[in-house]
Amino acid sequence: MELQRTLRELMRVRLAKFAALVLGVTIIVAICAPWLAPYDPVKAKPWDSLHPPSSKYWLGADRLGRDQLSRLIYGARVSLLIGVGGVAMAVCLGILIGVTAGWYRGVWDEVLMRLMDGLSAFPSLLLALALVAITGGTVLNIILVVGIVGTPWVARVIRSQVLSLREREFVVAVRGLGARPGRIMLKHLIPNCLAPVIVQASLSIAAAILLEAALSFLGVGVRPPTPTWGGMLRHAFETVGQAPWLTVSPGVMIFLVVLAFNFFGDALRDVLDPKLRGTR
Amino acid sequence: MQKYLVRRLLNMIPTLLLVSLGVFALVRWLPSDPARLLAGVDESGAIDPALYAKIKKELGLDRPVLMQYGAWLAGIVRGDWGRSYLSGMEVFPQIVHRLRFTVQLGLTAWLFGLLLGVPLGTVSAIRRNSLLDMAVTAFAISGVAIPHFWLGMMLIVVFAVWLGWLPYGGFNANLFTTPLLWIQQMLLPTFVLSTGLAAILMRQTRAALLEVFREPYILTARAKGLQEARVIWAHAMKNSLLPVVTIASLQFGTLIGGTVVTETVFTLPGLGKFVVDAVLRRDYLVVQMGLLVLTVAVMLSNFAADVLYMYLDPRIRYD
Repeated sequence: MELQRTLRELMRVRLAKFAALVLGVTIIVAICAPWLAPYDPVKAKPWDSLHPPSSKYWLGADRLGRDQLSRLIYGARVSLLIGVGGVAMAVCLGILIGVTAGWYRGVWDEVLMRLMDGLSAFPSLLLALALVAITGGTVLNIILVVGIVGTPWVARVIRSQVLSLREREFVVAVRGLGARPGRIMLKHLIPNCLAPVIVQASLSIAAAILLEAALSFLGVGVRPPTPTWGGMLRHAFETVGQAPWLTVSPGVMIFLVVLAFNFFGDALRDVLDPKLRGTR
Repeated sequence: MQKYLVRRLLNMIPTLLLVSLGVFALVRWLPSDPARLLAGVDESGAIDPALYAKIKKELGLDRPVLMQYGAWLAGIVRGDWGRSYLSGMEVFPQIVHRLRFTVQLGLTAWLFGLLLGVPLGTVSAIRRNSLLDMAVTAFAISGVAIPHFWLGMMLIVVFAVWLGWLPYGGFNANLFTTPLLWIQQMLLPTFVLSTGLAAILMRQTRAALLEVFREPYILTARAKGLQEARVIWAHAMKNSLLPVVTIASLQFGTLIGGTVVTETVFTLPGLGKFVVDAVLRRDYLVVQMGLLVLTVAVMLSNFAADVLYMYLDPRIRYD
């Protein structure tokens, strides 16, 4: 019921409708990529190198003669997978760290929070760059890296929530009844501190997609020939003088998807924040 | 206040040590061995073990890892940052030279973002719900969502490829001796780097001003018959700028981190590009020192933001 109400409220926000449309179409395109893409996205056809947009290649062909539209369609899979997967991992790790730090406090809390301080002191792109250089540019590794880079903010939010929740009557009562810490954390603490994390997570997916694109652009992202939007921009940049049109479509897609996740996060915050509820 | 500052500075020491340990560990995990790189391989693909051992000893890589870490820290304090394993050049002067450019770019972009974001946010709040407000809000929303490297590429396509007004990239100008060339070469990178900051500041200024406009003292000022300009500048702006300035100063660190991409797109001789190139070449020492210097720069700018915040808002007490 709560979920239904939230969704109903969410769909009343105009920008959320736009976000749902863009994200819905992108997700469907990503899932149906093998049926929608007109050509093999990795097959090189040197004779069609830098072919301008035409009825044969709607968005043109890159330096190796690969169809830009097909690569764009397959690239949606990688971008969404890394964005959603990376943030899901950050949320899982952050919850684990934040809940245990807030519950047990003391030395455990100090050690974990100093670690989080250290991790968040690094500029995120540089940290991700070094981590991907170490682990190698596979989709799984980049999901792990995005997850590690995003963990500190989830841990901090959850910890602060747990610190206040652990003193509340219902938690004290459950403790008094003899519930074990694991059960208290799983059944009572985590469900009660998820709202701000869900909002921040949807905004973080946008940041994660930008991070992946930047990594691919810098040359340490997902290894070629796997098509990614950032990687496509990197290739397009190398031939920007001869085929400037190649720079347009991947950039527009990144921009639209990031914008949609930002709108969605903003709308979700408005809906979930009781102070803002009903003000639209 | 002094007590808080000292405490805050002391708190930075363990974080700094953790960061240095993190940087050291990260670089040690890079999948390449500098001694192997320097020893080279013969036609059969093998490495001369004697030469390999000699190079390892020379670089100090044969010692236990903790000793290597200690020696590295001691070197930093002494000002001996070592030599690049690949180019053989001293790391310290190279980093200082590139940091100078990165700080120059960061500061210019920061000022540009401030000069663009605050006035536009102010106009947007004053002319709420007008066409101008909508245009400014659209710019603010786009500024946060647009990938900076893509924006840079598009600007290069338009202003360098099509119109030929500005250079593709590169930097060899001096603000004082060749100011016109400096502007030409810095204009696009500065704009790209400052877009995110300008967008954030626009939203923040607009929101803060709209909130202040609802305060009773603004109503009183208007009721007294003060000119609208005076109400805005003397009363509303003064009280709404605090969160804006705080965010602007906190964003300086983010700007320094963001120079990595901008410097790469425009092939600028900054520290960000230097570190990216070093990571791609697996140049251990340069990556190590570059990462550390950039991280410390971000930490220091955040500290400066804290100090500024305390100075600006006398209501804040940290004792």
